[in-house]
Amino acid sequence: MTIGQQPSTARGLSRRHLLLGGAAAGIGAAGAIGIDLAGKAGASPPASVVAPLNGTETVPFFGIHQAGIETPPQGHASLVALNLRDTVDRAALKRMMRILTGDAARLTQGEGALADSEPELAVTPARLTITFGFGPGLVSRAAGEAPGWLRPLPAFGVDRLDPAWSGGDLLIQVAADDPVTIAHATRMLLKDLRSFATVHWVQTGFRRAPGSEKPGTTMRNLFGQVDGTVNPVPGTVDFEQLVWATAENPGWLAGGTGFVLRRISMDLDKWDRLDRAGRESALGRTLATGAPLTGTKERDEPDFTATTPLGFPIIPEYSHLRRARSENRAERIVRRGYNYDEVPAGEGISNSGLLFVPVRRGPAIRSPSSSASTHSTCSTSGRPRSDPPCSPSRRGVRLAVTSVTLSSSAFAAAIGTRVALVPSSN
Amino acid sequence: MKTSTITGRLTVGTVVLILALTGCAGTGAGTATPTPTAASDTLSVADAWVKAADTGMSGAFGILENSGTEDVTVVSAESPAAGMLELHETVPSDTGDMVMRKKEDGFVVPAGGTLELAPGGNHIMLMALTGPIKAGDEITVILTLSDGSTHEFAAAAKDYSGANETYSGAKTMDTTKK
Repeated sequence: MTIGQQPSTARGLSRRHLLLGGAAAGIGAAGAIGIDLAGKAGASPPASVVAPLNGTETVPFFGIHQAGIETPPQGHASLVALNLRDTVDRAALKRMMRILTGDAARLTQGEGALADSEPELAVTPARLTITFGFGPGLVSRAAGEAPGWLRPLPAFGVDRLDPAWSGGDLLIQVAADDPVTIAHATRMLLKDLRSFATVHWVQTGFRRAPGSEKPGTTMRNLFGQVDGTVNPVPGTVDFEQLVWATAENPGWLAGGTGFVLRRISMDLDKWDRLDRAGRESALGRTLATGAPLTGTKERDEPDFTATTPLGFPIIPEYSHLRRARSENRAERIVRRGYNYDEVPAGEGISNSGLLFVPVRRGPAIRSPSSSASTHSTCSTSGRPRSDPPCSPSRRGVRLAVTSVTLSSSAFAAAIGTRVALVPSSN
Repeated sequence: MKTSTITGRLTVGTVVLILALTGCAGTGAGTATPTPTAASDTLSVADAWVKAADTGMSGAFGILENSGTEDVTVVSAESPAAGMLELHETVPSDTGDMVMRKKEDGFVVPAGGTLELAPGGNHIMLMALTGPIKAGDEITVILTLSDGSTHEFAAAAKDYSGANETYSGAKTMDTTKK
């Protein structure tokens, strides 16, 4: 059997589901959810409607795509990379994914993992999603075909990649609106993995808590920058075409995507030295609303041809907006960002930045003719000092762009459709 | 992405499931049987799991559910994974320690109720393992009920340490493994 077909679907059925229709068992996740919703729709509304708690919200685990990619980003995320133990072969990977799949399916639906030692912590899923990504090492171990792009990121001219944050065979993204939920789910999964893998690194990040802002508000990073305005919208054809794997990828990746994590350090002290106008020039957008410097609202289209009385572009060529914007729409990425704010070292007072997560079905091929790149090195803030096509050309702003130290992680993983994907058994 | 809201149905330990397990013989669901003729028709096992172990002994756990109107008694168990299986309970010894011992009269699953098999409580003991039970394996267990009918279920193997147990047969279970 394949885990994707899942007996665990039936495991996820609660007594209430069964009362609604015992015949639902075995139909699959979609059927069960349909019944759940149908039950709600058909029931008489209670006399007094109490707003549901955030903690009770769930995101379906099973589907055409893994959850956690097009799911509206939750308030917190923990990204864990593991290295497989030497003894783990293809057969062991099947066993490993079977356990992980079962427990992830349960935990995301608010049920304790199998043999959960703290099941009381599992009953508040808070939109928990658990997403598995496979690095090249795992795909190789599974004797699977790796897409050509699934390999360590190359060395960059300016970015200082830190080996401590790079690499790994298996990625687990655990995200929820509640960090307690994440801690518990992560622990249960890592217990499952004890005999298979060891933890290589863990990176945690956060965004605004649910309920703090109107849903759909573009996130701000710790520069105060509105970050992600032009992100393709899940559910659109655009998103579908950019993110979900197509025939160019191996079959096991159908419905999956490519995942890169960059840990972008932000030098907030140097950022402080830049005045507001300088910051906005560096970004190409206003800080107040995120509108392009040529517009008034966040989603106004930038006018790159507009110039100042002196003849300079209003949106500078070195600005983040200009450089992150490719004329080639196929070069775009979908980004899922999380802020991080860690303990400063030495005399420093900040150790902050962005967990920059671009997802797309494969890396963008940079067109030689394009003036900007969607590559993650051209993301937020991070402006190379020495790379000519990316280097800032104006005084004042130069400080801004060079203020960002790119001590990054470089991790690439493939997010498959079926959770059991590579190790699908026969 | 759609989200759905769950309300008030997540009581730990009481989530009830049927047809949950691969390899299930299909005797447990009883969806269309108006008058059960065998005890196995009303019995199902949810959340079944077994401790991973390389050699020696292990334990199988889960929630036995009886949807019928008569009590169901499990009198014995067997499995290809072990040479001998026993139904165990955990009780205080003379010295106050909790010890496991064979439950001679079997597990009674009350009509319309459940019986939980859990570390530190009632469980199915596997002895003389026929091979390693590795995390992620699924092993088959066949329960024999007092009326002679049987119920087969699959249990997923997990690495597990905790709820240290002592077997009243004097041997100490190696529960710290892994």
